[in-house]
Amino acid sequence: MLKRTPLFDKHLEAGGKMIDFAGWEMPINYGSQISEHKQVREHAGLFDVSHMTVVDISGEGTVDYLRTLLTNDIAKLDKPGMALYTAMLNEEGGVIDDLIVYSMSGFFRLVVNCATREKDLAWLNQQAASYDVEITERPELAILAVHGPEAIEKVCSLLTPEDAEVVMQLGNFKAAELGDRFIARTGYTGEKGLELIIPEQQAATLWDGLLAADVKPIGLGARDSLRLEAGMNLYGHDMDEETSPLAANMEQVITWTSEGRNFIGRDAVMKDKAKQIDGDLPYLTGLVLESRGVLREGQKVVTDTGEGVITSGGFSPTLGHSIALVRIPAGSKTCKVEMRGELVEARLVKPNFVRFGKKVFE
Amino acid sequence: MSTIKYTTSHEWIKLEDDGTASVGISENAQDLLGDIVFVELPDVGTEISAKQEVAVVESVKAASDIYSPVTGEVVAVNEVLLDAPETINASPEEDGWIFKIKISDESELDELMDAETYAEHIE
Repeated sequence: MLKRTPLFDKHLEAGGKMIDFAGWEMPINYGSQISEHKQVREHAGLFDVSHMTVVDISGEGTVDYLRTLLTNDIAKLDKPGMALYTAMLNEEGGVIDDLIVYSMSGFFRLVVNCATREKDLAWLNQQAASYDVEITERPELAILAVHGPEAIEKVCSLLTPEDAEVVMQLGNFKAAELGDRFIARTGYTGEKGLELIIPEQQAATLWDGLLAADVKPIGLGARDSLRLEAGMNLYGHDMDEETSPLAANMEQVITWTSEGRNFIGRDAVMKDKAKQIDGDLPYLTGLVLESRGVLREGQKVVTDTGEGVITSGGFSPTLGHSIALVRIPAGSKTCKVEMRGELVEARLVKPNFVRFGKKVFE
Repeated sequence: MSTIKYTTSHEWIKLEDDGTASVGISENAQDLLGDIVFVELPDVGTEISAKQEVAVVESVKAASDIYSPVTGEVVAVNEVLLDAPETINASPEEDGWIFKIKISDESELDELMDAETYAEHIE
């Protein structure tokens, strides 16, 4: 039996084409992935991401615990209402998951991937043994993401004037607790927008309100093409437990220098750093195919220095051609992709294709 | 009235009055593929056998080979699809035809499914 979010009936009402996504019955699209993708780039779209796992961490030992558990340093979150993108590594330096951590009033909130829920919870609990912390999963919360150039004003049109004022003022990666609602300026699309973590009983009303305000529902298909255009990694595809964060374009989530802190996996990643300096560590970068055809995950690539693989690929509706993330040997300058038995020339670019509706690579 | 037949690989073939037939993918196939972003067409004049790969339809989800339902010669291709591949999503069994074929042996059509049998096949 597949799990359903509190918005399952709303997806059917909106014509959602439901699929099995990591054990959840979720909409892949509501008719056209490409129209939904463009809706987010040009106007505002609404995503149900209630399948993601919310975990609250509280107790005296929370800060010490999270500074050990996470690669990024939560000491940066020195007051409530801040967010940080980070990874959680195993002792070998492989990525257990990527996640966002929020500082709340009196506790911290983690939002982790749904496909990794069980192993993440097991790891969180295992590492908590020597800390005074309480780990509480919050399955009764729904998560709605609203993204696109019009997203923030659409959400604010449904809030009280006082709450709307607070949300309008939120900077990127900032958040606000408004009664029993938590609203954050975070997301996975490369557009401005909000993620709203709310009691499940409120989800349907908020959904209806946003649709009435002409925000359109967006399925997982467009969620994937939007994040790919934004050059954002997808766990289990662009990185996993066998991958060093340094081979997954994730160095920005590592805080190397902090007094008295040694996060799990640091020693292993230090060794990867040495390999990277010696030119022995593969790296994740962007690939563009301006001719016809679509780059797909798993396709082999051949560069001037060796072989690599496409970790995520697809058609970019904004650019009208295919883009991909590719892991290749250090120092590669040219790249050919094996497509349907032929080697096709593609172009290496920085792994960031579209931001705020516009092409961003050269 | 023109006869329409379907293959197990989800192509349709429609016999026209002039002895040629048009070929495309079924409504069900376009629905499974999702938004179509590229179509690769055969060259006019190509001789093909039944069940031979003749075109490629690439969607947001996957690349799919299109197989010729019958043996014959490609006599026309739908060039509209090169710039507007989404025509297949909008009208898979009319405007979204992919190529036209001059059939060598009409008896090959007997091996294909009629609309009713195809509807049962995809259930």
